[in-house]
Amino acid sequence: MSAWFLEFGNTLLLTIRDILPILATIIGFQLLVIRKPLKNPKKIAIGFLYVLLGIAFFLEGLEMALFPLGKLMATQLTDPNFIGSSSDVVRWQDYYWVYLFAACIGFATTLAEPSLIAVAIKAEEISGGAIGAWGLRLAVSVGVAFGISLGTYRIVTGTELYLYIVAGYVVVIVQTIFAPKMIIGLAYDSGGVTTSTVTVPLVAALGLGLASTVPGRNPMLDGFGLIAFASLFPIIAVLSYAQIAEWRNQTNSKIT
Amino acid sequence: MIAIKSHFLKQLISSCLDLFPILAVISIFQLFVIQQPIPNVAEMLFGTLLIVLGLTLFIQGLELGLFPIGEAMAYAFAKKGSVTWLLTFAFSLGFATTVAEPALIAVADEAARVVAAGGIIEATEESQQSYAFGLRMTVAFSVGFAILIGVLRILRGWPLHYLIISGYIVIVAMTPFAPAEIIGIAYDSGGVTTSTITVPLVTALGVGLASAIKGRNPMLDGFGLIAFASLTPMIFVMVYGMLL
Repeated sequence: MSAWFLEFGNTLLLTIRDILPILATIIGFQLLVIRKPLKNPKKIAIGFLYVLLGIAFFLEGLEMALFPLGKLMATQLTDPNFIGSSSDVVRWQDYYWVYLFAACIGFATTLAEPSLIAVAIKAEEISGGAIGAWGLRLAVSVGVAFGISLGTYRIVTGTELYLYIVAGYVVVIVQTIFAPKMIIGLAYDSGGVTTSTVTVPLVAALGLGLASTVPGRNPMLDGFGLIAFASLFPIIAVLSYAQIAEWRNQTNSKIT
Repeated sequence: MIAIKSHFLKQLISSCLDLFPILAVISIFQLFVIQQPIPNVAEMLFGTLLIVLGLTLFIQGLELGLFPIGEAMAYAFAKKGSVTWLLTFAFSLGFATTVAEPALIAVADEAARVVAAGGIIEATEESQQSYAFGLRMTVAFSVGFAILIGVLRILRGWPLHYLIISGYIVIVAMTPFAPAEIIGIAYDSGGVTTSTITVPLVTALGVGLASAIKGRNPMLDGFGLIAFASLTPMIFVMVYGMLL
């Protein structure tokens, strides 16, 4: 038990170290530039304390429960013995469990991503409920699921990363022209928030596992790029979600 | 006090719901596909409990601390009317939150190893360290620059999509000229820059500014800061890879 407390204290210290530069910036500007007292300093201090403790607990819990098992599963699923292909010829069809696992784990971890929850809460508040927090989070999670699944397919087949990314950008640009203007900022933002505390370590383990077991792949070169998929496809998913919602509204209002 | 408690309880339940899919995916794959027993069940349960508690505390703290301070500062800067100070703050916030980001430190070290193996820099400890440090500074600088541009956009009311699309076009145009080793790293560096604390703060800052400035719509103009913060690192990292 005391060993656990020591480890938790370590995580807490690391979290404090990460927050320190942010806190210094805020306090510095508050004292030197704005020079006006905050309305509710006590409440805000408590809020920061909650955030600090929350992140520390969250990371510690991930480290204990999720990461060891998730990483173990990533290596087990990408193991050539499990795939069952003995020859050096890579058949992408053999890796179906990997694609399915990538999609499921991408979906599930994105739903629990704290940054995404924060943005979704804000979006619901600002839009007056027109954009539901759950709807947004589901759309983003579907995007990540598809993105990571496609990313693992790319590693298995060894196709060029930039072809996928460029194609994705073209889709985003075309969608932007047609999408309702209100959603654009939020959609672009949702690409950046998907990949923080929960998703990155698990996805990186999956990518590295694949790149080191699939014959002919170089983990140094092919292990990267999964995160890029996870930040691109949510944008497409959120833009599509808004587009579909608008179409449905239009057809509904035509009928009534 | 009772109100706070029931609020906390509600949040606790919703955190459980948030985590449920992960547990379901892992148990189903473990039991039916891999078909191996789950090791250390007790430790896993305790860890899950910590995750639920941590998520609940984080969301409470978000609404008590991070959102209010982001908005309060946005209003204070809008009232003060000094564009220079606001832009300085925007840059500092972006730079400070990124420079110490653990995910970035890990990616930068990894990148230095890849580039050294590719023979672009010398394979000595010293040159790798200075490469990783340079990369981190580049990314931190680019995130500061991104938040600065994003805030300036809110002030001036420039349409977001033109800026973002031109950014994408720059990235696509640069990719063929960048060294192959740096491309994957550059694309990934866009995703790792935005941490759990940065996102709520920056979002609150953008939305607060868009609400405080006349003629701006928080929904239309308030979002987009994070998008800049994930875009510019890709460009800057590719430039860094091309110059060295």
